[in-house]
Amino acid sequence: MKITRKDFLRLSGLSILAAGAKQAVRAVEQERLTKSRPAARAVRWGMAVDLKKCREKDGCNACVHACNSAHNIPQFADRAHEVKWIWTEPFATVFPFAKGSYSTESDSGVPVPLMCNHCANPPCTRVCPTQATWKRGDGIVMMDWHRCIGCRYCIAACPYGSRSFNWQDPRPAIANINPEFPTRTKGVVEKCNFCEERLARGQKPACVDACPQGIFTFGNLADPDSELRQLLRARFAVQRQPELGTGPSIYYLV
Amino acid sequence: MRDRIWIFAGLAVFVAALTAPFWWAHAVAMPLAKRPDLVLPANQKECVVPTETMRAMHMQLLVNWREDVVRRGDRQYVAYNGKIYEKSLTHTCLGCHNKAEFCDRCHAYSGVSTPSCWNCHNEPQTRIAGSTP
Amino acid sequence: MFMIEKAFKGGREYWIWLTCLLSIIVIGFCFYLRQLDAGLAITGLSRDVSWGLYIAQFTFFVGVAASAVMVVLPYYLHDAKEFGRVAILGEFLAISAVVVCMLFIFVDLGQPARILNIILYPSPRSLMFWDMISLSGYLLLNAIMAFVSLRAEYEESRAPQWIKPLALISIPWAVSIHTVTAFLYSGLAGRSFWLTAILAPRFLASAFAAGPALLILLCLALEKFASYDAGKEAIKKLAVIMTYAMAMNVFFVLVETFTVLYSGIPEHLEHFKYLYFGLDGSFNLVAWMWTSMLFAIAAVVLLLTPAWRGRFLPLACVLVFLSLLLDKGLGLIVGGFVPSPLGSVTHYAPTLPECCIVAGIWALGAFLITVFYKIVLVVRKGVAG
Repeated sequence: MKITRKDFLRLSGLSILAAGAKQAVRAVEQERLTKSRPAARAVRWGMAVDLKKCREKDGCNACVHACNSAHNIPQFADRAHEVKWIWTEPFATVFPFAKGSYSTESDSGVPVPLMCNHCANPPCTRVCPTQATWKRGDGIVMMDWHRCIGCRYCIAACPYGSRSFNWQDPRPAIANINPEFPTRTKGVVEKCNFCEERLARGQKPACVDACPQGIFTFGNLADPDSELRQLLRARFAVQRQPELGTGPSIYYLV
Repeated sequence: MRDRIWIFAGLAVFVAALTAPFWWAHAVAMPLAKRPDLVLPANQKECVVPTETMRAMHMQLLVNWREDVVRRGDRQYVAYNGKIYEKSLTHTCLGCHNKAEFCDRCHAYSGVSTPSCWNCHNEPQTRIAGSTP
Repeated sequence: MFMIEKAFKGGREYWIWLTCLLSIIVIGFCFYLRQLDAGLAITGLSRDVSWGLYIAQFTFFVGVAASAVMVVLPYYLHDAKEFGRVAILGEFLAISAVVVCMLFIFVDLGQPARILNIILYPSPRSLMFWDMISLSGYLLLNAIMAFVSLRAEYEESRAPQWIKPLALISIPWAVSIHTVTAFLYSGLAGRSFWLTAILAPRFLASAFAAGPALLILLCLALEKFASYDAGKEAIKKLAVIMTYAMAMNVFFVLVETFTVLYSGIPEHLEHFKYLYFGLDGSFNLVAWMWTSMLFAIAAVVLLLTPAWRGRFLPLACVLVFLSLLLDKGLGLIVGGFVPSPLGSVTHYAPTLPECCIVAGIWALGAFLITVFYKIVLVVRKGVAG
């Protein structure tokens, strides 16, 4: 059939537009679906960590151990390739405003458990080019290891250093694989997921249950009568770099 | 054309060679390849979806389950017979089926390489120590 | 359409050059296969320094690609006839540079087989999504412009009229590809080294210095090896553009240094300290950064002196290119990650596999430029004689 160049270009242009429109509609639909799944009442999961009670410097690492076992987190000898969802750092490292300040000479050794802050306004979900990480309706910043392309833009964007990348296949570095939870593959980013698989079964996160001192209080920040909110009203809490506008969900009771 | 006979002869040989996989086995009465010896679950008679549909569409079902669980937090599957299952490869599928005696046998027979699911997902109730081969 | 058959008309030197490049490409490819198998653990990257040479080189070559606009703009917009013989060389350089960029992104991915997810699940809030669109569009624009106008030249007819609007679009588009790349970094609240408004202007200034530098060197090489005259006037004008751009770039760097040093905020200062003086026992970038700075100052001095700009042009071009290759193609990215958000200093040094993959991609870019320029030469010689 004879077709003029003008008509051909017009047809191609319209087809591309149509295909693009389909993608745009699909993207909007995905966005709507992933946003429309919160519970009937508003839920925003959060956690308070009582630094006065943490006994890590006495050798306790029950929270780290529980998370590592539950989630098949590989233990690599090379620190450069380490994967960690929860770990501790000294107080002055986590809270630079306390560094060099005479008033916290006594606190500079206090260990602070760190994990993903599940921010209200997460920079990592904004930069992900495939939406392999996104913020769920109940506040948890989720990871989809099937979709992640391993570009590590989210790692660059996270102001807290909460994310780890699988530089190699993690399975050889896992001593005992917990069959209840998948391992990950090389080439994807991972981080604390607030134990969303346990939350789905009505359980608390692994670290919360494992702590012998009970330093973690997990709860619903959106419910003003929750145990967590009552605790935050009773005691002074700080957060990591709140001036960046990320809106972390982890509070540290000093 | 003197070459006509050679051309047709060559064509005939070519066509015969090309279609040999289809008629050779019948001509020499070769035994058929052994069908996969599937070990069905002992305790369950019904799958979450009828068998014929499952055979055709299990990969599609798993992908749908994956999107539902991971991206929408929707873990409950209501089967065609009204029963409720958890959408999980490890707990539900492998809760009944044995991977080595069921899944792998068919996949090996048909030469369909198993997708990368097994890089991450595990079989239940076995504590695997160290690396997998 | 692509006149590839013209690329087979070459002498002994041509084929030896291509063979050398091809061997480097093959070596790089073999190392990439190893990386696909073992994961990115074979690079020098780590949990703290999660982007390194691959992304840094991508950043640098986006700049080189964007600079094609420097020859296209005067020629198509201002009818500067002296750029006639060099415009197409700039466009082919842009095409090769964009391909090199895309390859650097590809080899950096942990799961490259899933790369189409960027298109399947568009994320308009992510700058990487826009980067993909702008790079792909730029590649398409330049490919169409270059081949259509070359084809028209070969057939000794006039280039079709619709080339002009495409050329006009390519000018803001070129600015946009490098601005988007700068925005990748300058929008991240957690990385204070990059969180500066001057990053985008700095990127553009260094792009418009590095690109013409490479283009001038390529033109001089073509003159030497293929007796192709790209036009003395064009080269002079490119040198002037490069001078202004490099001077602006040095100015922008000094401006940033002032803000950081004078305000003295430790979180911002630490990155500069690490790059130029070392921090916590890690010094491996110090020599490279001072070399880059020295080359930049030497280049600016040479270029700003009219007598020297003409006499030492090749040297100045090499100094500009190397200075920016080190600054943008290494220091900028690694400096953003050290120290980490928790203040730790992690040593980053590219490994042998990483370097070989980078060299392979460089060689591929050189291969593309060689083939494209050969086609241009054959067409022009054919038309001329």
